[in-house]
Amino acid sequence: MNRLDAIRGTTPGQDHNARSIAALAANPACDRRAVLDAAAIDKPRLMRRLRFDDRWGQSPFAIQRNQQFTDLVKANGAAHLLRLLRTLLDLPIEEAGYVNLEDAGGNEGHVARHGHTRRIIRQTAEGRGRATILDRPLLRLDVAGAQVYLEPDVIAFQLGGRFHIVAIKSFAIVDDQADTPKVSAAAREAAVYVHALRDLVGRDLVSHDVILVCPRDFTNEPTATTVDVRHQLVTLARQLSRLTRIDTILDRLPERLSLDVDALPAAEIEAAVAAIPARYAPQCLSACELSHLCRREAHDLGHLDALGRVVRDDLGGIESMQTALRVATPGEPVADDQAEIAERLRHVARLYDEAVA
Amino acid sequence: MSLLHSYVKVRARERGRALPRATVRHVHLAEAPMVFVPLRLAGEAAAPLGAMVGTDPARPTLLVVPQPRNRDLRFQFLADLGAVLLPYVDRISRQVETVEAKTPFERCLDAPQIVVPSPGGVEFTAKLGRSSRFRRTTGPYAVDPAVPMLGRWLTFLAEQSEFAGSSLMVAMTELLTAHWVTGQSAVEDGDLAALLGWIDPPEGLTGPEAAALADDPLTPPAGPDTHPEFDRQELQKAIEHYDVTGSAGQVEEALHGQLRPTWDRMWQAIGLLAALKESPGATARWERDRVHVALHRAWIDGGGLPQGKRDSAVAAAKRLARLEAAQQSFEATRAFDDPLVMAEYRADGVAFAGEVVAVDLTRRIVPPGGKREVPRPLVTIETADPVRLSKGKKVRSPSRPRQSATIAELTETTVTVQIDDGMGRGGQPAEGSVPGVGTVICYTELDPGESRRAPLPPREETPWTHGGPPPEYVPTDDDAMEPWS
Repeated sequence: MNRLDAIRGTTPGQDHNARSIAALAANPACDRRAVLDAAAIDKPRLMRRLRFDDRWGQSPFAIQRNQQFTDLVKANGAAHLLRLLRTLLDLPIEEAGYVNLEDAGGNEGHVARHGHTRRIIRQTAEGRGRATILDRPLLRLDVAGAQVYLEPDVIAFQLGGRFHIVAIKSFAIVDDQADTPKVSAAAREAAVYVHALRDLVGRDLVSHDVILVCPRDFTNEPTATTVDVRHQLVTLARQLSRLTRIDTILDRLPERLSLDVDALPAAEIEAAVAAIPARYAPQCLSACELSHLCRREAHDLGHLDALGRVVRDDLGGIESMQTALRVATPGEPVADDQAEIAERLRHVARLYDEAVA
Repeated sequence: MSLLHSYVKVRARERGRALPRATVRHVHLAEAPMVFVPLRLAGEAAAPLGAMVGTDPARPTLLVVPQPRNRDLRFQFLADLGAVLLPYVDRISRQVETVEAKTPFERCLDAPQIVVPSPGGVEFTAKLGRSSRFRRTTGPYAVDPAVPMLGRWLTFLAEQSEFAGSSLMVAMTELLTAHWVTGQSAVEDGDLAALLGWIDPPEGLTGPEAAALADDPLTPPAGPDTHPEFDRQELQKAIEHYDVTGSAGQVEEALHGQLRPTWDRMWQAIGLLAALKESPGATARWERDRVHVALHRAWIDGGGLPQGKRDSAVAAAKRLARLEAAQQSFEATRAFDDPLVMAEYRADGVAFAGEVVAVDLTRRIVPPGGKREVPRPLVTIETADPVRLSKGKKVRSPSRPRQSATIAELTETTVTVQIDDGMGRGGQPAEGSVPGVGTVICYTELDPGESRRAPLPPREETPWTHGGPPPEYVPTDDDAMEPWS
């Protein structure tokens, strides 16, 4: 049993998905998230054990809507999808084969399913000519030295030996415009799949243009556009390379560290989590299940990060609230490298007090 | 954000209570603001679920869509909303005065004001407007006449809210963060309950304690999105109950429970803002808002078409220029109206203040391009501010907004400005037209006047680079019958 499995213990693990990779990559300095993700810890379950409220569920209405729309696009051998590819993207497709990769001959294990995906994708790539729609491929990615599997929530479309990632999302494109944060999130997730697929078949065989399928206006009718994710790919690759090797992090942790969510008492789990250093910022609130725990901890320790990255940047060089308040007070001792910010803070403090008075 | 703002955040955290960010109110509050708290069905673009709306804190009107996937019920909701909003808009916008000017123009005596909890509420309002303004009242899929009219006004109000300083449609979280600084991050300030917890916590609680309470899943979010747990536990069952029995009672009860706390918070927040004195700039901007309402009223009454789906090239460029001008003018006016706002600019070095230590009243120069000598007195100000303005920069002072000056000289502790105008016609500056020794004065590069911009061509002369003159937009039958899922 390797160290990561030992940390997880007997509790069942949880798959990575594109969203969690994107979240991990967005905060590469966070050891806590890196370890928990690499050990495939079920974070919502852990938070429930620590009596934090579960706020990560999705509304049943949203799930239903998403499912309905995805089913619609995929119905009849993805007929809708083919029509969109033909008419909107002008792809010369005569006919296409549809393959669902979820079914690996009754074999449910990750390794077997990933092997199945690999086999079919290789075959498809070599088959070239005929277009093929590959639904729910199980892709694998090297994250900080650990192999993680990606929740297969995507379609790979192959034409002329080249693959495209197709992302089906249920947010609407109204008058050719969609909600920017939602599009960016979709692009970041799709980039993870492009990255993983490139690992498998080679860089040149996977297009950086992702096909985004969404409902048009207020209808259920699908519409498609291409989104160039080159920028997201570069960012992702850089952030993945910056992630500390997981072995290095593990070496720094207590030897017998265990996060066996089902087996250990809550107090021990809490202590184990606390033993892994975190790097909390308010952005975590919308990206990480542990964020509320880390937020409480960050505030208790007076970390400036907890007030927002802007605050930390503005007060450049100062890490904690206590230091910031101290150096802003005239007469208090100040370290040499903080002399400049101390002078500015004292001036700002005077300005504020004068203006409020 | 500025260093001052970041520093005050730290102080607020330490104190456990929000601190003021403004000394006056930079937004106009109407005598009877219309509070609108909409909710939408999760996963849908513009499916209304319910709303609480009205001008009387004690008597909100609750509107619900008992089965949000039913199109007819959605239109019924819009018609009901129209029955509340349209009489309010009509009553106010039909009282018009004519303003005497070179070209006399009309201005409403007052204007409607819609207050929603968050920017998400404004966005959702825009979506509701978009989904209803093209609807027809006759023919196939006919709707109540209130629906398209409501759509046009909602679209107008949501569009106006993009202009900095407009008070016609405002998001409460934005108003509060413009006037107070909390000890939590900007992300967390987006939650009305948490934000109010910091500003005005219940008796016996500190700001962070009240905000933590707001973070509890039992506290309903301010919308337009509902809590997934509420959807699962309550709403789903209530809707099923309606499907079976046809009675909307359970849905009404569930949504009332979600909306009422936010409704009460909205009025609590309005009370907090009302306690601040209104700034002169806010009153002036409201006057402009009233002109815009009069223009839109006249456009509708004159048989004008609903707003198009997209702007043409020229309209978009004009709109962008107006947005920029409004932003610049708003930022400057806010600083001119409020020393606390000006302090943020002083901390960042684009404004400075101090005492006048020397004045040279007799200085005369021949200005570049001029022929005669004119008075250009120099005023030297001693300041402790970290000035980042450079020589030659045009500056103005809040205490003398009509007079422009230029930075002539800078040392470690002093700034010398040259006064450029506003000194009368005589050979010497008129009495009192130049700040005297001992006066405490502030100068800044901010300019509340809207700067002149290059004129844009009329629509018919749109250059080919921008697609040439666009065809006039006329809503089609397709728009009117656009299906809704």
